[in-house]
Amino acid sequence: MNAITKILETMDYGLAPEDCGFVGKWLDQHKSGFGHFIGGEFTPSGKTFDVTNPATGKKIASVSQGTKADVDAAVKAARAAQPKWAALSGHDRARHLYALARHVQQHSRFLAVLETIDNGKPIRESRDIDIPLVARHFYHHAGWAEILEDEFPGARPHGVCGQVIPWNFPLLMLAWKVAPALAAGNTVVLKPAEYTPLTALAFAEIARECGLPAGVLNIVTGDGQTGAAVVGHEGVDKVAFTGSTEVGRIIRRQIAGSGKALTLELGGKSPFVVFADADLDAAVEGVVDSVWFNQGQVCCAGTRILVAEAVARRFEVLLRRRLAKLRTGDPLQKSTDVGAIVHPVQLERIRGLVEQGVAEGAVLHQADAPGGCFFPPTLVTNVHPASVLSTEEIFGPVVTLTPFRTPEDAVTLANNTRYGLAASVWSENINLATDIAAKIRAGVVWVNCANLFDAGAGFGGYRESGFGREGGREGMTAYLAWPAPQARKPEAAPEKLEPVPAATIAGGDIDRTAKLYVGGKQARPDSGYSYPVNGPKGPVGLAGLGNRKDIRNAVEAAHKASSWGAQTGHNRAQVLYFLGENLSARAKEFEERLKSFGQSAAAARSEVETALRRIFWYAAQADKFDGAVHATKSAHVTLAMNEPVGVMGIACPTAHPLLGFVSLVLPVIAMGNRVVAVPSQIHPLAATDLYQVMDTSDLPGGVVNIVTGEREVLTKTLAEHDDVDAVWYFGTKDGGRAVEEASAGNLKQTWVEDGAARNWGGSEGQGRLFLARATQVKNIWIPYGE
Amino acid sequence: MNMEPGTQPAPQLSVASNRRNPGMALRPVLFEGHPANRSAAERRTASLIARRSVKKEWQAAWLVNAIRCIDLTTLSGDDTADRVRRLCAKARRPLAPHIVKGLGIEELELTTGAVCVYPTMVSHAVKALSGSGIPVASVATGFPAGLMPLKLRLAEIRYAVEEGADEIDIVITREHVLNADWSALHDEVRAMREACGHAHLKAILATGDLQTLRNVYAASMVAMQAGADFIKTSTGKEGVNATLPVSLIMVRALRDYFDETGHRIGFKPAGGMKSAKDALNWQFLMMEEMGREWLEPDLFRLGASSMLADIERQLEHFVTGRYASSSRHAVG
Repeated sequence: MNAITKILETMDYGLAPEDCGFVGKWLDQHKSGFGHFIGGEFTPSGKTFDVTNPATGKKIASVSQGTKADVDAAVKAARAAQPKWAALSGHDRARHLYALARHVQQHSRFLAVLETIDNGKPIRESRDIDIPLVARHFYHHAGWAEILEDEFPGARPHGVCGQVIPWNFPLLMLAWKVAPALAAGNTVVLKPAEYTPLTALAFAEIARECGLPAGVLNIVTGDGQTGAAVVGHEGVDKVAFTGSTEVGRIIRRQIAGSGKALTLELGGKSPFVVFADADLDAAVEGVVDSVWFNQGQVCCAGTRILVAEAVARRFEVLLRRRLAKLRTGDPLQKSTDVGAIVHPVQLERIRGLVEQGVAEGAVLHQADAPGGCFFPPTLVTNVHPASVLSTEEIFGPVVTLTPFRTPEDAVTLANNTRYGLAASVWSENINLATDIAAKIRAGVVWVNCANLFDAGAGFGGYRESGFGREGGREGMTAYLAWPAPQARKPEAAPEKLEPVPAATIAGGDIDRTAKLYVGGKQARPDSGYSYPVNGPKGPVGLAGLGNRKDIRNAVEAAHKASSWGAQTGHNRAQVLYFLGENLSARAKEFEERLKSFGQSAAAARSEVETALRRIFWYAAQADKFDGAVHATKSAHVTLAMNEPVGVMGIACPTAHPLLGFVSLVLPVIAMGNRVVAVPSQIHPLAATDLYQVMDTSDLPGGVVNIVTGEREVLTKTLAEHDDVDAVWYFGTKDGGRAVEEASAGNLKQTWVEDGAARNWGGSEGQGRLFLARATQVKNIWIPYGE
Repeated sequence: MNMEPGTQPAPQLSVASNRRNPGMALRPVLFEGHPANRSAAERRTASLIARRSVKKEWQAAWLVNAIRCIDLTTLSGDDTADRVRRLCAKARRPLAPHIVKGLGIEELELTTGAVCVYPTMVSHAVKALSGSGIPVASVATGFPAGLMPLKLRLAEIRYAVEEGADEIDIVITREHVLNADWSALHDEVRAMREACGHAHLKAILATGDLQTLRNVYAASMVAMQAGADFIKTSTGKEGVNATLPVSLIMVRALRDYFDETGHRIGFKPAGGMKSAKDALNWQFLMMEEMGREWLEPDLFRLGASSMLADIERQLEHFVTGRYASSSRHAVG
């Protein structure tokens, strides 16, 4: 039978290979091994390791293992280039970024083919998704460079950025890191992933081709050790990492106390919620786009399908049919849907987890896959919330399906994870979909879509998925610094407390007892001890000696007050204004209290007056520090919503016992967070006096909790607490380091600063910076059209 | 065979009847409130045509298959008997002999799927196609607007059938859809199906007039419940004719109807499809959403007039390695 006639019987797609001749030739030219790209030139290759094409298992290149000396040289080059780069006008930097975007487009097929050979992803994805997004990212950030001074007045670059990126979207992750860094005037030392360094090296050639100044971009290849050398290098001012939560934790600990800025984009176990009124076929395609995309090696993949019981059976039927249509195989074939797993090590990991899941009773439904480094697209049913397949990030084309009963049930299951990167919500009912989008704790929520990306929208996680955003205005702020105040005389560590009776206490009329304030109620410290609070002439009162149990109780109380965040900004403003009003009525009493600590009358009056103004300022901001609608794709609303971070711990500076407390607590509660605050250790009574004012101001119980005692001890408990979402610490250098180290446990957000650095009485004591730190941006994508 | 939706066990589309769709009483539960998300449909079709690619002999075979499925159409005010005869000649020999030979498909005796004309042209087409086995399709029921008294529309169907049409492409009353008067629509199509007799009924939904994909889904379902053998997108005269998102929703409707009843319904996109690439894209849609069976002319037709010329040029390129000129091919 003739070939055509034969095909007509089966209607096979046959072979449609992408030509990789030019890329093969390029690899041949570099046969002797790639060096690093440092100071605008490639170094001779050093000790090398093999890079393989996962689809064939064949070696395609030798790449240098970056040593400490290589990293030193790269950081030195970046440092040398940085002042001149930052001194260029925004327009001049924009021209460079624009050129990078143009040249990426001009080399688009070369880069796509190279990416596919190196990573194993289907050519359709590298060609239609990765590389166009790379170009878009550089265009978008050419724009930010151009308008930086107008849009971010007073901001400056961090300096040298150390960036470590993963292997799942090698060039795209480079773009996400490099474009904003360069736009802001930073220079970069970037380490691409060990499995997939080739497009980064090709990009270095492109940067050289379009005349990027030497040293502005440096690429050092290598393994995890090289990465650790980059992020830990003392010449690096800002660290950005995308990768596993495990490594993110290590980096957090590694650079604790170093003063380096840090953003982390880590793992996920994102929910994919299908309601009964969803377009089920659309949702099925959403699963394909979500988890059967890039072999499931996507941090934001919707790996947990939660489907309404009413449609669960039909949805499973449709999903299994669709699964059977997926073509897994040679990624260079244009009709391939699912390519190769990046490396046999990853394949083994996926297999191991899936076997474990099966041993736990999970049932697999799989499409076909060839032998070699391929894993079949897999749907898992009969899986329970405790199963390893429900909890662990598999990073393979494996998705679980779990029915739910009600919207509330769906939210509970969706949030039943340590992660919070992304979510996908499917419903034709806008009320329902938006409600669920608001309730799921994730940095990106796609309504009736999945895995949409755009340079103009922020991307990044909540909880153990990391912090910081990439893309959009919020992404630019991660690469900008605002001059941080420096202490002339750093804050000294407060003394250990002696909870024994004082000799005498300078007297008022009737004895007053300052207690802790937990859940809207005054509480005696669990320890049963009190410590003397000293004025200039000896003790002026006693304060409770809080301990870890008091912190535990306060955090629990704070969690119960979650409705505070759901109130309107207007309602919160009303409460804060009322707080100001009531404080004003008792201003004299607070002045007296401050004077008792040894302040002059004028200083005390000024501190109370400033605290009052500050309360009003944050009341004013409560309904104004709002989000944005990003301009992304056509026929999409991309909402960037400022959401409260959650339950926050605050350790107040020693000085300014009233103003320090107010300056930190007010922005946090104005944005809807709940607080566990540790006031000035030596003068906590100004803060404890406030709880009566709070009681009379309709502040719901649990929104502000006050635990007095040894700041460093209490803060450590807060920083270690897995149910605390952020800690602000204003104290000593050592204390700051301890907070950053301990925060790695659940990767809570931190803000640490010398307690004596900021002029709390002046403009440094308040502003949008505080509000930005008290919020995290959730990007909600809502496509529209009929 | 009335199964509850969603209880079909396996993802297989094989156990079913090849009997002609008998239709059923109107069952709104099968379509009312059925969602069809436009943005998602657009994403699916955009990605679908980028996910599949056929090259070389596979592309040639897929294009040959498209020819088998083309309803070679002329529906113009200036149609004449000679014009129809010329079209029929092209339907009998859609490719120049040297292309057929180059492809090595002489034995296939390739023809188009049908010829589609106005009722008054049916007799010319029947004569011109006699002995070829190529069916003659006729539009009817006051094509393209369909706003004629039902009696006259039914009479028109009977006329076309008497003239020898094997297939009748009817148009539905859009007003019934826009008013959600499903029983009126069901009654109308049911009556048309009866008037067709042995001739197959292709229901043109005029999706460009229906606008929403939910309307398209519902109208598809009602037409099938009323006994349509094919559902068809457009007359070619609406502002928007066949598009992939609309086709996707119609194909999903016929899949759901199949799941429900076991009856296979055919699909015919029509209007606006001009290129060989279009021919491939719509076949990818059928292959991916339905399967191999829906790439046969009994379940899939491409309603087009100029598409064949582009396919012929592409096939000549495959055979000769040179880009082709239509002036060297017989016009249809």
